[in-house]
Order: sequence, then C-alpha cells, then structure tokens
Amino acid sequence: MSARSDRSPSERVVVSGMGWVTPLGHDLETVWSALMRGASGMAPITRFDARTFPTSFAAEVKNFDVNPLLKNPALHASAGINSQFALGAAAQAWRQAGLDVKPARNMRRVGMYLGAGEGVIDTPNYLAANLKAWDAQTGKTDGAKWAEIGLRILNAAGEIEQEPNMPLAHIAREFGARGPAYNCLTACAASTQAIGEAASILRLGEADVMIAGGAHTMIHVLGVTGFNRLTALSTSKDDPSKASRPFDLTRGGFVMGEGAGMVILETLEHARARGVKPLAELIGFGSSADSYRITDIEPTGRGAAAAMLQALSQAGIDPRARGADGRPLVDYISAHGTGTKENDSIETLAVKRVFGDLARDVPMSSVKSMLGHLIAAAGAVEFITCVMAIHRGMLPPTINYSNPDPECDLDYVANTPRAARVRTCLSNSFGFGGQNDTVCVTAFDE
Amino acid sequence: MSKPMRRIVITGVGPMSGFGIGMDPLWAGLCSGASAIRPITAFDPSGFMTTVAATILPEQLDIRSVVPKNYRKATKVMARDIEIAVAAAAAAVTSAGLTTRGTAEGVAPTIAPERVGCHIGAGLIPADSDELASAMLNCRDADGGFDPGEWGRTGMNNLTPLWLLKYLPNMLACHVTIIHDCQGPSNTLTCGESSGALSIGESMRVIRRGDADACLSGGGESKVSYMGLIRQTFANRLAAVAVGADGIAAVRPFDPRATGTVLGEGGAILITEGFDSAQSRGVKVFAELAGFAASQCSCIDTVGVDLSDAAPDIAAAIENALENAKMNASEIDAIIPFGSGILNVDAAEAKALRLVFGDRLPKIPLITLAPQIGICGAGSSALAAAVAAQCIHEQKLPARLTTSGSAALGVDADARPSCSANIRSVLVTSTGMGGQSAAIILRRPA
Repeated sequence: MSARSDRSPSERVVVSGMGWVTPLGHDLETVWSALMRGASGMAPITRFDARTFPTSFAAEVKNFDVNPLLKNPALHASAGINSQFALGAAAQAWRQAGLDVKPARNMRRVGMYLGAGEGVIDTPNYLAANLKAWDAQTGKTDGAKWAEIGLRILNAAGEIEQEPNMPLAHIAREFGARGPAYNCLTACAASTQAIGEAASILRLGEADVMIAGGAHTMIHVLGVTGFNRLTALSTSKDDPSKASRPFDLTRGGFVMGEGAGMVILETLEHARARGVKPLAELIGFGSSADSYRITDIEPTGRGAAAAMLQALSQAGIDPRARGADGRPLVDYISAHGTGTKENDSIETLAVKRVFGDLARDVPMSSVKSMLGHLIAAAGAVEFITCVMAIHRGMLPPTINYSNPDPECDLDYVANTPRAARVRTCLSNSFGFGGQNDTVCVTAFDE
Repeated sequence: MSKPMRRIVITGVGPMSGFGIGMDPLWAGLCSGASAIRPITAFDPSGFMTTVAATILPEQLDIRSVVPKNYRKATKVMARDIEIAVAAAAAAVTSAGLTTRGTAEGVAPTIAPERVGCHIGAGLIPADSDELASAMLNCRDADGGFDPGEWGRTGMNNLTPLWLLKYLPNMLACHVTIIHDCQGPSNTLTCGESSGALSIGESMRVIRRGDADACLSGGGESKVSYMGLIRQTFANRLAAVAVGADGIAAVRPFDPRATGTVLGEGGAILITEGFDSAQSRGVKVFAELAGFAASQCSCIDTVGVDLSDAAPDIAAAIENALENAKMNASEIDAIIPFGSGILNVDAAEAKALRLVFGDRLPKIPLITLAPQIGICGAGSSALAAAVAAQCIHEQKLPARLTTSGSAALGVDADARPSCSANIRSVLVTSTGMGGQSAAIILRRPA
C-alpha cells in the first residue's frame, strides 16, 4: 500500500453517499438527531413471543417500508427483511451520491462489498418440520418424514432468500451494479471489514465505485436463543432503554439491534469526474485475527490493537503524536463497545496499547448504547456515525453511563453529546471468533 | 495500475473431498475416472428428489486425528463444514511444508503469525436437526408445532451453551486461525459456490497490498443435510436420483440433456504466498496465481437462480482476470468451469467462454469435476483451483465422465480418460447461485 501522501486521485477513496435503516429511524437526519438526544431504540420484542425468554427486549426497526425508496418494487417482492434493510440503506446512499443524475462511468466498474448476515429462518415452519419428523422410538429425526413435511410447508422463495448473498443480488438488480461482488460474514465485524476491503478494491484499480456496508437481523427465536445460551445478551429486568450500558461497571451484555448501513465509496478521480463533492475520505483499514479462542477475546487486546495500528499506519498517523494544537491526531473513536464485561475492558486496554498516554485524550463512545448491536450491520452504521460526527462537529454519547469501572477509565462521552472539532475518526468492530477490523476516516481535504 | 504487482504463487494444496483428505486420493480418483458419488447414508434421503451425493465417509475423516491433541475438545463444536475446512487446512499446511502452531506446538513457525492471513468461503450452515428437535420435545403446542413460551422458560437450556458457535459461517476460519496461529487479515466470504474463488482473490489482494506474506485460502461446505438438500431442491438445481438409481450418470456437465446436479461434501485450502516469500523458503511451487477478477451477473429472477443472461458478465470477469495477469486468451490451455449440469448455468458459461475464446474454444479441454466430487457449495471453486494447480504441476488432465454431445454447447467436455497435456495456464471460473462470478488464472511457474 502506498503511503497516504503518495496516493494519486485514483488511489484515494472517498465517501460520496450514505444511508441507514436503524431502530431509531430510516434516514440520516432522523437517526442523527435521535443520537444527539441520547434516545434509545430498545423495547419489548414484537417479532415473536419472547416474554418467557431470558431476554425479551431488543432494538427493532419500526415502521419501515422499503417500497417508496425503490424504482422497481416488484423485482423485490420476495425480499427477506435483511434484503429490505439493505435495499433501503443502499437507495439512500445511491441518491446522496447523485448516482442517478451523475451516473458512474461504467457499471462494470461499480462493485459491491457487503457484510450482510444470513436471512431470517422461517421459525414456525422449520421448527414444526423438525418436531413433527421426530421419531420417538429411534430417538432421531425420520429423514423421509422430514422431507415430506419440509417440502410441503416451507416456502421456496423464503428459503432461498436466507442465503447471505441475497442482499447482494437485490442491490445488483436495483442499481445495475456489475463489478466485483463480495459478501463477507465475520460476525459482528462484517460490515467494517466490507468497507475496508471495498476501499482496497478501489485502490487496486479493480473498480471505480463500491456499494459497501451491511445488513442483518438476528431478532428471531434461534438468534436470541443462541446469544442467550452464550450469555452474551443483557437479561436486565428493568427498563429496556437502560439495558445497553457500554463501559459502565454494571454492564451485563449487549442488546440486539437490527438494520443496515450502506455507503458509496469511490475513487477521488471518479468522484471528480462525476462532479460530486466527497463527504469524507477513507484513509486506513486494518484487519487481524486473535487466533486465541472461539469464545473469548485475547485478554491483552493484541488483536484489536493490531487492527487499529494497521489502520493508522495505512493512514500515516502516529497515535503517540500530538498535532500543532496539542491534541491527539485522532479526534474520536467509535468503539465496538458492546456492553459485555469482556469486550469493553479489553477494547479499553487495546486503545491504551495503541495511544499510550494519549488514550485518555481521545474521546470514544458506543452508539450501541442507543441503537443496540446490529451484528453484521453494526460496523457500517458506526462508520456513518463517524462521518456525521466529522460534518456536524458533534460526538454521539454513550448513554446509560453512571458507574465508572476502574478497568474502563477512558473518556466515553458519557450521556450527553459533545461539541468538538472532529477531523479524523477510527471505527472499531470485533467479532466472535476473534475478527478485528478498524477503519480510519477523515474530513475530505482537496 | 502500472506499478509492478507482487507475484503470488501456490505453495500448498489441501483438498478435502469424497475421495478423502489431501491431493493424493483426489488426484488418483480423478485420473482413474472414479466417482465419489454414492447413496447418502447419514440420514434417510428417500423423501428427497436426489438420494445420492459425493459424501465424505466416516472412515475418510476422523476430525480428532487431524487437529492437535490439545484442540480435540473443540471438535465438539464443529459442524460438518468446519471439519472440512479444518481437515483441508491441515493438508494444505503439510503440503506446503509449513511449520505452524498446529503442526508443532512450541516450535518457531516458518512464517511469523502476524504475516499469515486466512480467507475461507463458507455456506449457510444448518443446525443439526436431531440436536434441535430433541432439545424441543417438551416445547410442543397442541398441534405438535413449536411453543416459544416453554422454550424460553426451560427448553433452550437443553442446548449446549456454545450451540450458536457451531453454525456461524466464520467459524471455519476461526478454528483454522486458532489452530495454525494465523494473526493476519482473516475473512469469511459467503457468495454461494463462488465463495472459495473469491476467498483466493481476497488473499491475492491482501498479499499484494503487503498486509500478509502468505494466506490459507479456499472454502468448504456440505449441503448434504435436510436444509441443504431442500434449498437446492427449491432452487431447481438437483438432478432426480431415486433410491437405487445411478447417481453418477445423473450429472452431465455441458451435456445438452443435463437435468441438474449432484451435491458433494468438500472444499480445499490453498497456501497462497508471495513469490518472494516462497523463494526465500526455497519451496516447491505448484503454480503461479497470475490473475483474478470478479463480477456480478445479471439475474433474471433477481435472486440468481436463473442465470440465462449472465454470459456477458461471466466473460467480463474472465477478460479482467486475463488483463490482471497481463495475459492473452491464447495462453490458456485448459479451463475448469463451474460445470454443474444445471443447464441454464452451463449454457451461460459456455456462451461466456465463446465470447472470450472465440473459435478456439472447442479445442480447449474443459475439466469437469461434478460427476466425480459433486458440487461442494462454497468449497467448489476452491477445489477447482486446487485441481488446476495439480494439473499444471503434473502436466496432466484428469478423466471426464458421463457427458456427451457437449459440442452442441460449443465446448470440449465429453467423457474421456485422463491424458498428459502441455499445460501452460489454466482458467478457473465460478458462477454461483446469487450471481457472483469469479475467474482465476493459474500459470506454470517460470
């Protein structure tokens, strides 16, 4: 990778459009103003009867209809909820980037790199097939009976729609993208990794424009079951809006969210040729694996620090240096900040590993306190939050922060948003299985 | 674009197929004209339209024997797909002569862990029906269907706490990175049958940009499960094979009378490495990874089951891969297409090859693997790349089974025995369900 200062306009990657569908709204302004109010998207789960579950609340997307955003709703009639979220976010980003009125040079050079999750399983029918095909005598599933029932009660289009590459297919169809197409699924790190790799594809000259981001929901019976069994979710019995408590001493797990975040990335050269003003520039990306344990995070923060350091090195930023104004060169970190005991203390440790004595001077907050954890889509939504922070000169807060934890002793922008000069941000995402990804984004400067 | 790119080579091949672990049994099977397609015995398949698959037999894969002793406990949380990737990775590392934490704990690794990446394509891993149903037996409603109330109260506790981690797609790469201590960039691509090829492409990009010196790259999957079979049935991809019928004859790639495909279990991990790194180690090089490109196909039905119009998009990926390799189409001596026996995809591939190779196409032998090892989902295109490397290494083409009349599609794919050949370069193409297409060019090392 060429050093940042040597990059030509064809190697510089800019953000030209953004869109999101979140538990706090479905357009840039609504969600941003909710984040600035410190609002919470959490409420009792409505998608299934979760009243007896250890966790019965989540941050669901409410009242979202993708059709008004689409040119050809009929082509997406079978779209699952994941694909609907993805299409909604992508349509906003496409429009903001002006790609309808100032089209891309060549649709074969418009690619996609998503970190979209698998679709929602048809729980009632899938579980009914499993239960009704159970043979009590053998203590096993009767395969022939399962096939007979499954073929009868499961829905063909609905099953195909669960493949994790379906949001790609829908977005390709809606916008005509014919360039390189990838979907990655690295758990909670997926869409940060997607944005980082999309930038790499642009830098290597394999595309002019990339639609990048993620979409996901795991708010369904087996999703909540899986995370409850891992004891990763908050099981708070209090007000759901207080359940997501990143970095607070009393934090007890994450709260599930759902939705999508999508951005249009393109080379500066292509953005200039289209006559579009960039919103921000993506200047660094780092990715690493903990190679430690399938459940636990490497306890010294080695992997997380490696991802941040790689992103900073690509960006040409020394995390131990101060600028002319005496402040660190990174103005804000969008934390992975899930609100689990382990994540928040190790992420804090990793930030100290990277920034040393300056760590306390770098504000870091977790919007998961308000939006919940959008799993594969979380990173893209948080990346957009960084770009908004740069534009508005405001840092979103970590809400529900009231009891300091001695292991989490950085500046978490507690409870209220803060006005700040924001030029350069890091956005962190860490996934189950030890995937660590960080992107570095900065204010665009000709 | 004009900067010299870092050269990348394949220094190890680790296939896992219905012929067993490693290249030796696979190559012997392919050259002798054998087939691993056999009746499914893991469950009673008689209710499905296809009752055969190229399965991996229990005696071919004892997962506990391919992981280090101290990792045996973790095999309990490995779904079949994870076992395939872990076995393939062990074979690949051995093939490349690499010392890793997985081959010799406590011995210095051949390549520094933070310089080793890992990119593994994965599919949608279904939950084990027996495990799920037996956990839910006391959670049935009056109709025998699922009762979420009792499940939330008591039932879910019947599942092992790590249940979810058996089924996350990124667990293939997660286990492999832990076993072999790969701390560099790691990703999981989920784009149907193109996942393996895209993973190899991503490794090439990561090595070229200097973020790793070597990667474990490939994919693995088994769709030989209730949900795997039913989704492929719903997508009209399977050939009908009743109990007792000839499963091998049922799959006929590029035969105008083809009626569908047969699934396989398997995948492959390749060791992709910077040429400079391989040279300094002084190791055998199977082939050079000369070029790669990807594209998104036009999908008639949005979701990418009907790819009848995809030829120009597949051709674009091939042409871009040739350009990436700075090679001419005339330098390609053999082609491994997706070649499934799914007629609309075979026809689109044949048409795409015609667009690229013109009148020379009927003189270029196609290598069709489906009648021997089935279509192995996310593992397919990685297996194809492993076989391509071996063809170059051995200067030999494996046998082809079953097909006749492929001249009608303008290609050379009819049944014939294995033969020696002068092979300078092999093109591997993949077009998966969902419409993601990829092309890889492997070249004889100079």
